[in-house]
Amino acid sequence: MREVAIVGTGITKFGELWDKSFRSIGIEAGIKAIEDAGMSGSEVDGIFIGNMSSRFINQQHIDALIADYSGMATRNVPAVRTEAGGASGGVAFRQGVMAIASGMHDVVLVGGAEKMTDLDDAGTALIMDSTADAEWEGSMGLTLTSLYAMIARRMIFEGKVTREEIASIAVNAHVNGARNSNAQFKNVIALETVLRSGPVADPLNVFDCAPYSDGAAAVVLVPLEQAKKMGVEYVKVSAVTQASDTLALFQREDITTFKATTVAAKEAYKIAGIEAKDINVAEVHDDYTVAGLMALQDLGLFKSGEAGKAVLEGQVGIDSKMALNPSGGLKARGYPVGASGVAQIVEITEQLRNKADNRQVANAKYGLAQSVGGTGSAVTISILEAI
Amino acid sequence: MAAVAKEWREIPARYNLEGSECGNCGRKFFPKRNMCPHCRRNGFGKMHPYQVSKKGKIFTFSIIHDAPAINMRLKPYAVVMIRTDDGLLIAGQLVDTDVSKIEIGMRVRSVLRILDEGGTTGVIHYGFKFVPDL
Repeated sequence: MREVAIVGTGITKFGELWDKSFRSIGIEAGIKAIEDAGMSGSEVDGIFIGNMSSRFINQQHIDALIADYSGMATRNVPAVRTEAGGASGGVAFRQGVMAIASGMHDVVLVGGAEKMTDLDDAGTALIMDSTADAEWEGSMGLTLTSLYAMIARRMIFEGKVTREEIASIAVNAHVNGARNSNAQFKNVIALETVLRSGPVADPLNVFDCAPYSDGAAAVVLVPLEQAKKMGVEYVKVSAVTQASDTLALFQREDITTFKATTVAAKEAYKIAGIEAKDINVAEVHDDYTVAGLMALQDLGLFKSGEAGKAVLEGQVGIDSKMALNPSGGLKARGYPVGASGVAQIVEITEQLRNKADNRQVANAKYGLAQSVGGTGSAVTISILEAI
Repeated sequence: MAAVAKEWREIPARYNLEGSECGNCGRKFFPKRNMCPHCRRNGFGKMHPYQVSKKGKIFTFSIIHDAPAINMRLKPYAVVMIRTDDGLLIAGQLVDTDVSKIEIGMRVRSVLRILDEGGTTGVIHYGFKFVPDL
């Protein structure tokens, strides 16, 4: 297999982009990535796009749409859309890496895009709920938020975290989001704000939940040997793994950990030849605050039971040994679902290239991104390395 | 009629908590599976109907305040995961109780209730919910 490098990144603002269409944000991110790679666009020979639901914009065949509006259809470049709930973007990135590594493609554009605010909140929530088991969770009256709330309740009951520790994930996210010009929320919040916000699914409140957003992100991949000759700043893809688990949360032995995360992370560390303690910066899938805490434990970045304390005490800020979600995470940067997994890769790449502006993590060598679908039914782990 | 077919197909599980037991390893599942995820090929064709216990304890729960449109009139309502007396974990709603009094470990039993009144198809959905087992 060939080693793979990221040579360009592009991202749009995340938020309620009412004046922009799905196709316009998708193309904006892609063009920025091509420009950043010093290319014209005609070099691209394959497209992978993470996009969760056609129901948000009532459009199937997203792959063809992107190929067309990105100017790739006139060159007949193949395009593939991937869907894995919240992990759609992470899976697109892995498919792109595999395409380069295998030798099937030489220049791949990986995009992620979602346009969620063309629907009202209730319609969007129903679509998100269907990333859990629609037949045996959704139709019984359970929502995706309530599933994460039940995880939170059980973790608190087992003494693994406290309510305040869970809430502190949102505080860290907003501190970082305030430094990110592309973030949906740029306001610093207090722990009390999270704890006193309106209940969504008790014990989780509004400020425990990532927002519904519009946005897109893209990266350009080439073989590592090619990247060395291009004269652009690039990072190496050291590992990208994926793991599955049951669709329904209630089918698991333990709901306080996502086994797909632990399995994929273990494999990724092995492939990259590093350990969890070598990670300097991580972008994890905090669609709910409790999920962010679970990630810190499941990724081995903190011992079980110690992650919450570390976040609450501010030990994961941008100036920490291991910086958590410097972009603001899903919570503050925004959560256009299919774009998220790719946006994480963009953020880690910027961090490792020292191009993250006023949220730069100092001397970062290894960065990790975790993308999660449903309640941990699909997880991708990517490890990037500074050159 | 397709919308109705989906309803009667699920009646054994939704009305009576019918799951599956693997004739190879003895593991039990709810909802039913056509193949044991542990035995795979060795268990194929050996899955039998299994009556899940209708009693158990609350394993975890949540009170839903931001409800889907179809359940708007129920809110706030409680959803639970139940550890049944025969060891399975199943999910559903907990009704006929004060939502502020729910605790992990509470004994519950399943009952047949209306789940919702139908969305666009007009089909009234029945299924199991849980009530306190006093």
